[in-house]
Amino acid sequence: MTAVTAGTAGTTGASGASDTAAAAEQAAYEAVFDAAVAADERIEPRDWMPEAYRASLVRQIAQHAHSEIIGMQPEANWITRAPSLRRKAILMAKVQDEAGHGLYLYSAAETLGTSRDELLDKLHSGRQKYSSIFNYPTLTWADVGAIGWLVDGAAITNQVPLCRCSYGPYARAMVRVCKEESFHQRQGYEALLALSRGTEAQHAMAQDAVNRWWWPSLMMFGPPDDESTHTAQAMAWKIKRHSNDELRQRFVDIAVPQAEALGLTLPDPDLRWNEERGHYDFGPIDWTEFWDVLKGNGPCNDQRLSRRRQAHEDGAWVREAAAAYADKHTGKHGEAQA
Amino acid sequence: MTGTTDTLTAAAALALGDDALVLSHRLGEWAGSAPVLEEEVALANIALDLLGQARVLLSLVGDEDELAYLREERSFRNSQLVEQPNGDFAHTIARQLYFSTYQHLLYGRLATGDGPFAGLAAKAVKEVAYHQDHAEHWTLRLGDGTTESHQRMQRACDALWRYTGELFQPVEGLDLDLPALETAWLDSVTDVLGRATLTVPSGPRTGAWSAGAGRQGLHTESFGRMLAEMQHLHRSHPGATW
Repeated sequence: MTAVTAGTAGTTGASGASDTAAAAEQAAYEAVFDAAVAADERIEPRDWMPEAYRASLVRQIAQHAHSEIIGMQPEANWITRAPSLRRKAILMAKVQDEAGHGLYLYSAAETLGTSRDELLDKLHSGRQKYSSIFNYPTLTWADVGAIGWLVDGAAITNQVPLCRCSYGPYARAMVRVCKEESFHQRQGYEALLALSRGTEAQHAMAQDAVNRWWWPSLMMFGPPDDESTHTAQAMAWKIKRHSNDELRQRFVDIAVPQAEALGLTLPDPDLRWNEERGHYDFGPIDWTEFWDVLKGNGPCNDQRLSRRRQAHEDGAWVREAAAAYADKHTGKHGEAQA
Repeated sequence: MTGTTDTLTAAAALALGDDALVLSHRLGEWAGSAPVLEEEVALANIALDLLGQARVLLSLVGDEDELAYLREERSFRNSQLVEQPNGDFAHTIARQLYFSTYQHLLYGRLATGDGPFAGLAAKAVKEVAYHQDHAEHWTLRLGDGTTESHQRMQRACDALWRYTGELFQPVEGLDLDLPALETAWLDSVTDVLGRATLTVPSGPRTGAWSAGAGRQGLHTESFGRMLAEMQHLHRSHPGATW
């Protein structure tokens, strides 16, 4: 066991001499950490890490985990109405995968010393966020396809570089998450293609969904680089590998030809290929809407959080029963939980 | 369908397929509302297994989507047990215990024969063994957990008891020793309830209505609403493919 937290390294000294020794020890740990990050080595749970690095990771992993479980709601909204048994099976499996992603990510956060219960409390009390995209409603069946294509597509663009994140457990969780997400994205695209090539009403449904989900999907990459509070430090620590604007551009460049292949248009009159830049130019994003939704004023913020709290409260007696049963039968709390 | 054997096979496939289809739908209603994240995964897993079974069985009868989305309530042949609303988690678990115990015994028997369902049953029996195990473990935890969970689980077991007799009514096209199946089911359920410190319900196991029940196309009031939700989108776009 080589782990020493910054807290213990920095506060053990009672005298000036031991303060100096502690500071030297801290500096030595930092040097090892910095060298590991510089050499693209993985930081593992037992390694020393700066408290700010730990806190930054917990914040990011928690937000990601919360997004997975809140993100189940807009899609689960269509499970009971899926228009064919094949689509129903695909959608149920997708929503199940999201619960699974939530599990891996909460486990990754646990390796940093933060329990799932603690993080859920923070989600339920509004102290931690989830991706704002899930504060938009799924109004038609085509929204399920548009989420798969655009929202999962944007998520993958964000997440693929995280497979090389400096923190080992997060990077490994992301490898598995990304494999499943890319499967979901293909299924979403294929569902939209069926609608686009279907009846007139189906085509219109698909176009309407893309019109509503396009701009919020671009907002998923976060504020522009010059307004992003976390980007610079996260990149220095190699938690994050590319800036918000770089990833957003990458996503637009991939999505435009896909939209053409789908036979659907993207709701941006300024969207055109820029030969000189080698990228698509796109119109201005409505950041007022982004900040407004983030602050809680989106169409579904209250609904999503209330539903999550309700499920948690309704399940309290079940969790208590499982814990009581485990205590009676193993003497070890939690061992017999599902 | 031509010939008596095919007709009989279709009748049985419809009954078993509708059971799986309807229970899968009910379990799908839990998505996003399960008491703990592990149960989101588990309930979806069971729902997906059942949906897979339903698709195989309905395809023996005709087009799976036409059968699922375009039949009226009176044409569904599922037992009334599987259509019962989810209720609280205890009701869902009691329904799972009763049904998965039945389905495990049923598929176990069908798998050993050389009838038209042997192949399907051999695969499904493995899935259903997990469903039964899941239901049994939760019955133990809820029955022998807290005072509240015990009361809720007992209420759920009592409330659903009256739908369990129908599972052992003859199904056209299935040649089974039903009294033996029923005895095995009672033994198994009695054992689990006993270990869960629950009382085996004492009420009747079938409703007093001579017209019959689910296997005769007679369902409970909530079933029509379930179908309305399930079928509305498909029916709103006649002839569309998805």
